[in-house]
Amino acid sequence: MSSVLSEIRKDYLYNMILKGTRADGRYFDQYREISIERGVIAKAEGSARVKLGSSQVLVGIKMQPGEPFPDSPNRGVIITNAELVPLASPTFEPGPPNETGIELARVVDRGVRESKAVDLEALCITPGKQVWIIFIDVHILDDCGNLIDASSLGAIAALLSTKVPASKFGLGEDHPLPIRDLPIATTAIEFGDVVMFDPDSDEESIANSRLTVITTADGSICGLQKSGTGVLNPEKIHHIVDIAGENAKEIREKFLEV
Amino acid sequence: MGENDANITFFKDGLRLDDRRADELRPLKIEVGVLARADGSCYIEMGGNKVIAAVYGPREVHPRHLQEVTRAIVRYRYNMASFSVEERKRPGPDRRSYELSKVSREALEPVILTSYFPRSVIDVFVEVLQADAGTRTAGINAASVALADAGIPMKNMISSCAAGKVDGQLVLDPMKEEDNYGEADMPIAMTPDGQITLLQMDGHMTPEELKTALAMAMGGCRQVYEVQRKALIDKYNQMEPEIITDQEQPQEAEVL
Repeated sequence: MSSVLSEIRKDYLYNMILKGTRADGRYFDQYREISIERGVIAKAEGSARVKLGSSQVLVGIKMQPGEPFPDSPNRGVIITNAELVPLASPTFEPGPPNETGIELARVVDRGVRESKAVDLEALCITPGKQVWIIFIDVHILDDCGNLIDASSLGAIAALLSTKVPASKFGLGEDHPLPIRDLPIATTAIEFGDVVMFDPDSDEESIANSRLTVITTADGSICGLQKSGTGVLNPEKIHHIVDIAGENAKEIREKFLEV
Repeated sequence: MGENDANITFFKDGLRLDDRRADELRPLKIEVGVLARADGSCYIEMGGNKVIAAVYGPREVHPRHLQEVTRAIVRYRYNMASFSVEERKRPGPDRRSYELSKVSREALEPVILTSYFPRSVIDVFVEVLQADAGTRTAGINAASVALADAGIPMKNMISSCAAGKVDGQLVLDPMKEEDNYGEADMPIAMTPDGQITLLQMDGHMTPEELKTALAMAMGGCRQVYEVQRKALIDKYNQMEPEIITDQEQPQEAEVL
């Protein structure tokens, strides 16, 4: 969808798929290798660098006191932003976020928000006057596909390492950010009637449609996002949701649960 | 999704706040060809939503570097009027409207035969005049009809509607209160033969609830489709025969 892939490469990938495998030898449901490094930025309240195959994402958390929204006077505020900086891909350009960047930020935000991962009520300082504002900033370093999953994983990993900087603002002692759930985004693409999880950038560029499923620790679904100009029938959707749940469980147990 | 801290009673004798059953759509009204300048247009009322859609094109692409040599590009602009919501919305696009424009465009593109019009653009403009939960689905419904009204060749119509969860119960086509204080919202769009072209969800649903909600939303889309189809047939049946022969696609009404 993003970069131009030669017809030859597309044909090659298609032939691999017909044989039941992928260019890098993975199974259709299989993820690339994941590694997470937490607390990599000392100046940030929390941070995590995620590698998903060759994709690299750095997520930083900054916190400061500020005003709550009028309709939620006793809740903290989450603001999520994603930067597709030009160092990460030949197709990224400097300037204000485009559609892709906005969608990425909003899907990462949906995972954190809808899973109620952060106890926002615990972030109220003075009801109606002052609450903690959490800035989740996603910085893409290397786009080798599936930025949504890498960024979402980076966001929750960074939040887990976040210390509320209370002493800096004269609001008591620093304490860990209260985290109540571990949302995991799992993305699959559909191409040639086949569903593949954790697409790399070549696979993304040939995909008809893409579906991201965000699951919570209890196995429920807290977010969905389809994109791309293809169609999905209900059977495919349920298939993706089922496998997504299993993949997410594995990732959660391996990387986030202590 | 906010919790039900407003302590609203959402169900009374099995009926919802506006006396609907759980699987019932809000009143739906569709009018075709409501704008004189646009190539195709449609006005829709879905419950408290009032949305107008216009289609221009296929026409020349500006700026030209956006053109594609093998197909037409589709542009979709979802815009909310500042007075359409309770608290005045700052005019102009925000991050939400960028995302909705993207997913709405992708909901319609699968059925548009873009390869018929290389190097051109099909512009879809959607204005939300009054919002009451479900504006993106109302916009997609109106846009789909406006595309047909503009005579854009399409494989099929697209119909859209949401399913939600309120007080642990699944409901079709949530209204504002149900959306604000409910536990989940899942807008979808699909073709009449059940191919999903838009799927989003936020909130909390078990995999089983998701299955039921999807089936419920698909049922809603089928009902919307009947109203869209009738609106188009009604408009083209009213036209004088000689005006119809002047049109490029005289058989459009029958095909749909």
